[in-house]
Amino acid sequence: MNCSFYRSLRNNISSAWMLSCLLFVMTIPLLIGIGLFLKSSLLLENNSILTLLFSKTWKPLNQNFGFYPFIISSIWVTLTAIVIAAPICLLTAIYLTQYSKKYFLKIMHPVIDILAGIPSVVYGVCGVLIIVPFISEIATIFGKHSSGYTILSGGIVLSIMITPFILNILIEIFKNIPDELQEASLSLGATKWETIKFVLIKKASPGIISSIGLGISRAFGETMAVLMVVGNVAKIPNNVLDPGYPLPALIANNYGEMLSIPMYDSALMFSALILFVVVLFFNIISRLIITKLEIY
Amino acid sequence: MKATETEIKINNLNVFHGNHHTLKNINIEIPKQKITVILGSSGCGKTTLLKCLNRLTDLYSNIKVKGEIIINGEDILHSKEDITDIRRKMGLLSQMPYPLPMNIYNNIAYGLKISGRNKKKYLNKRVEYYLKQINLWEEVKDRLKDPASSLSLGQQQRLCLARGLTVDPDIILADEPTSALDPVSSNAIEELFLNLKQHYTTVLVTHTLRQAKRIADYVVFMYLGEIIEQGPADEFFNNPKMDKTKSYLGGTSN
Repeated sequence: MNCSFYRSLRNNISSAWMLSCLLFVMTIPLLIGIGLFLKSSLLLENNSILTLLFSKTWKPLNQNFGFYPFIISSIWVTLTAIVIAAPICLLTAIYLTQYSKKYFLKIMHPVIDILAGIPSVVYGVCGVLIIVPFISEIATIFGKHSSGYTILSGGIVLSIMITPFILNILIEIFKNIPDELQEASLSLGATKWETIKFVLIKKASPGIISSIGLGISRAFGETMAVLMVVGNVAKIPNNVLDPGYPLPALIANNYGEMLSIPMYDSALMFSALILFVVVLFFNIISRLIITKLEIY
Repeated sequence: MKATETEIKINNLNVFHGNHHTLKNINIEIPKQKITVILGSSGCGKTTLLKCLNRLTDLYSNIKVKGEIIINGEDILHSKEDITDIRRKMGLLSQMPYPLPMNIYNNIAYGLKISGRNKKKYLNKRVEYYLKQINLWEEVKDRLKDPASSLSLGQQQRLCLARGLTVDPDIILADEPTSALDPVSSNAIEELFLNLKQHYTTVLVTHTLRQAKRIADYVVFMYLGEIIEQGPADEFFNNPKMDKTKSYLGGTSN
């Protein structure tokens, strides 16, 4: 009887431990959200949220906090990165799982992991040394003058950085599609390409969406590498060859520097809040799309 | 008994998975428009034999196939003909139903569409025709736009059978098609095979003796990659010659 008492006690304790860990994990994002909101409330009390989001003037000394250029820069950089990375990752994943030999995939796994493990600042340095001059050259060919510190440079660096994350998910997804599904399509006389196009990609679509969603979230918040190549000019970019100033760069460049300016602290917290909300939004949207596609 | 034509002739077929010799000197003459049952316990190479027939073995680089499989006078293992045309002659039904990730209608229309028949009216008619052939039309006619995965397993398996029929095959290959199904759905599938046999040559892999007895015209009994005995169903079940067959039929061998 004693023995069984201890067993059930241990059993209860272990589940309590797991529950508390779960609660801990769940509370952190909530606390961060609340914290950011409280910290930025000073700014929100003095300005309407619409002015903050859509005003183009960023003159902290005059108490003009228009986040529009930063938001637009962030969107441009993120979109550029996704537009470059998503198709490359999709085609790579399909090739690795459907065409190449098994051992090649085994070799590629550590390569992809290395790509994921390179520190952000190293990507930044490579960007400054290689991509920035390259873009500057390209711009001259098209008859434009550009320092090379542009949205496009940021997008390219970012696309390389998010590739391993998207690619790893996509490889898992394509590997987990049962062989029989492919066999079914082939035995109906479909070619391999038709099978991939009509069946495999369709089957993988929830996973493709979620991997891109994750890529967007990562790209939107990535700071250091982007900050080093994107130019950091608080103006609305007209095209990808203009410099930009994404939100994370704004925070990283200024936090702790100019906090004597009234409300500046609160403004930076507000930009963090925007980042937080946008990433949350993308996660929710991709979740919704996934549940809609997963019925097949 | 009337003489039967041969649909598929397998000569000296040997298959290797890496270094493992999975099929050894297989020689079978599969009769036309009959149900040929390949019987044997799990892991004896039945599924591999089936996959050789429509060359799905090509997909796996570690599998090597030697020998001849002659269909319509042509050796499909060494044929210059396009592999998709060879496969189109055979409908495949696998162990578990794997409906394509589309709605019910498109699961049937898929085979037609990829062979270039895209007219809406034609497709509608054909989809109805095939669904009726497998007795599924009444059950699904109001929900053709629902995903195929919303059907029950038994319905899915019937749908997969119909999908295989859409490309007008001569041969149906079935790999333990009822092993995942309940008895009622299994019966439905068996009935379908019996109905379809006047139009199609069926090769069915199973390890269920009772199923083989119910529907087989010709039986091939395999054990560890070798054919132990083969012959017309009556003869095979009533008068087995080999000891291994006798013990399998008596249920003492696994």
